[in-house]
Amino acid sequence: MDYEAVIGLEVHVELKTNSKAFCACTTSFGAEPNTHVCPVCLGMPGVLPVINRQVIEFGIMTGLALNCQIAPFCKYDRKNYYYPDLPKNFQTSQYDLPLANNGYLKINVDGEEKRIGITRVHMEEDAGKLVHVDGPGGGYSLVDYNRAGVPLLEIVSEPDMRLPSEARAYMEKLRSILLYLGVSDCKMEEGSLRCDANVSVRPRGSKTLGTKTEVKNMNSFRALQRALEYEIERQISVLEDGGKIQQATMSWDESRGITTVMRTKEEAHDYRYFPEPDLVPIEVDNEWIERVRKSLPELPDERSQRLINTYGLPQYDAQVITSSRDLAEYFDQVVAKFPDAKVVSNWIMGDFSRLLNANNLEPQNSPVPPEQLADLLQLQKEGTISGKIAKQVLEEMFKTGKKARQVVEEKGLVQISDADALGKIVNEVISANPKVVEDYRNGKDKALGFLVGQVMKATKGKANPGLVNKLLKEQL
Amino acid sequence: MAITKNEVEHVALLARLKLSSEEMEAYTEQLNAILGYMDKLDTLDTGNVEPTAHVLPLRNVFREDVERPGLAKEKALAGAPEASEGQFKVPRVVG
Ligand SMILES: [Zn+2]
Repeated sequence: MDYEAVIGLEVHVELKTNSKAFCACTTSFGAEPNTHVCPVCLGMPGVLPVINRQVIEFGIMTGLALNCQIAPFCKYDRKNYYYPDLPKNFQTSQYDLPLANNGYLKINVDGEEKRIGITRVHMEEDAGKLVHVDGPGGGYSLVDYNRAGVPLLEIVSEPDMRLPSEARAYMEKLRSILLYLGVSDCKMEEGSLRCDANVSVRPRGSKTLGTKTEVKNMNSFRALQRALEYEIERQISVLEDGGKIQQATMSWDESRGITTVMRTKEEAHDYRYFPEPDLVPIEVDNEWIERVRKSLPELPDERSQRLINTYGLPQYDAQVITSSRDLAEYFDQVVAKFPDAKVVSNWIMGDFSRLLNANNLEPQNSPVPPEQLADLLQLQKEGTISGKIAKQVLEEMFKTGKKARQVVEEKGLVQISDADALGKIVNEVISANPKVVEDYRNGKDKALGFLVGQVMKATKGKANPGLVNKLLKEQL
Repeated sequence: MAITKNEVEHVALLARLKLSSEEMEAYTEQLNAILGYMDKLDTLDTGNVEPTAHVLPLRNVFREDVERPGLAKEKALAGAPEASEGQFKVPRVVG
């Protein structure tokens, strides 16, 4: 039978506020355990939490960027569960009246655009970190509450995705939007962006949903895609064998490349939500919404459209470049000095991105500032260096931080465009390869490419390729 | 609205309470008495009363996003039944 998968994602993102959601403790990373805590985030009796205004502000920004309705009235609720990562025995969250709902974002997979619905965006708080220690009597756990109370947004999608690649594209797009907004660092490996997936399968064409499982512990885009591919295959094979899918929470095991059952009992999910009496409700009026709307930066889709309209870039280029705000900034700065946008986008998507990745760098801390890349492209355009040499020069600029012109001069890489000097080498190559010359004269056009290659080799890539072609053709 | 013993058992499990059968009996009775009072409230006509999320007529009480130092580690851990390596030590819960 032919099956299709139904995927929805629940994303948690840590907000980049200075202080925690309900107290003034710092949110900064990497401190000694239990040094960023106070009576409020430790859940001491009698304390009074107060809402951080910036959390609401970031929440509204995110809601608007995801095309949501912002609720005119919302409130916090207590989500009760007993696990020592929360000192209060409840998580402050939002239940029936979330801050934002009913939005969407657009993804693009294999050139096809698709809208993925956003069910809701709500505010909550992060939990502490547990380290389990083995020992007699089952061992014990150590708890660090530095992250407890750090503000989170939970963003819940509709079950609108059908392929693991769509889920990945959704996650990448969401991350890109959140980074443009500047509301979070979005580091999946460090846990400031986390994602759980609800996934089920059904015969293609069926309108009813199959029994779903929830998959957790996917700490990268790649892990998300692999985990979903595995889980979908697993569910299909269970059904093919005449079995039934058991509703369960699954954990992705990255090293083994499989999902394993974490728990099946749903009893633990009885959270007994009730309104948080220590926090008063929130009213967001139109004035507030419009003020935030006006403050929103240009978002990836708009920016991509601008690159297409202004520079005539292909949609693919525009999307790759605007996927990261920093890369898009970099592009704009290069184009300001070297206005051939398509050449710039080729270089940025190609060698520049490759070198960034290889050196684990972000565009803004690249050793090659935008004006230097523009200079390099200018040298190539003027014919001072060939395209091949330009690639070498860029590598050298990455390695040494030197300017384009400096590298070209120091290494003697100036292109040979002197017809006399090149003519000599061309003649040498012709006399050294009589067989190839013969082939060319007999109509084998490919033979010319070989001869061009020989000239380039003899000049260490410095020969002006156009001129070499011209000279060879003349001589032959 | 009657609470069954099964429900009391369920709530006790969620609250991590171990109850003897006498306690189970007693709490079932007490919870039923409390909910019985709710039945009395249900007889009131609240058709014209707006639902409320909070007892105070307050909205939008915020603090600015400014950080301040919290507790010293020793103070933070002072009330912990057990501590180790600057952390709260608790019975191991999961795996
Ligand atoms: Zn605190």
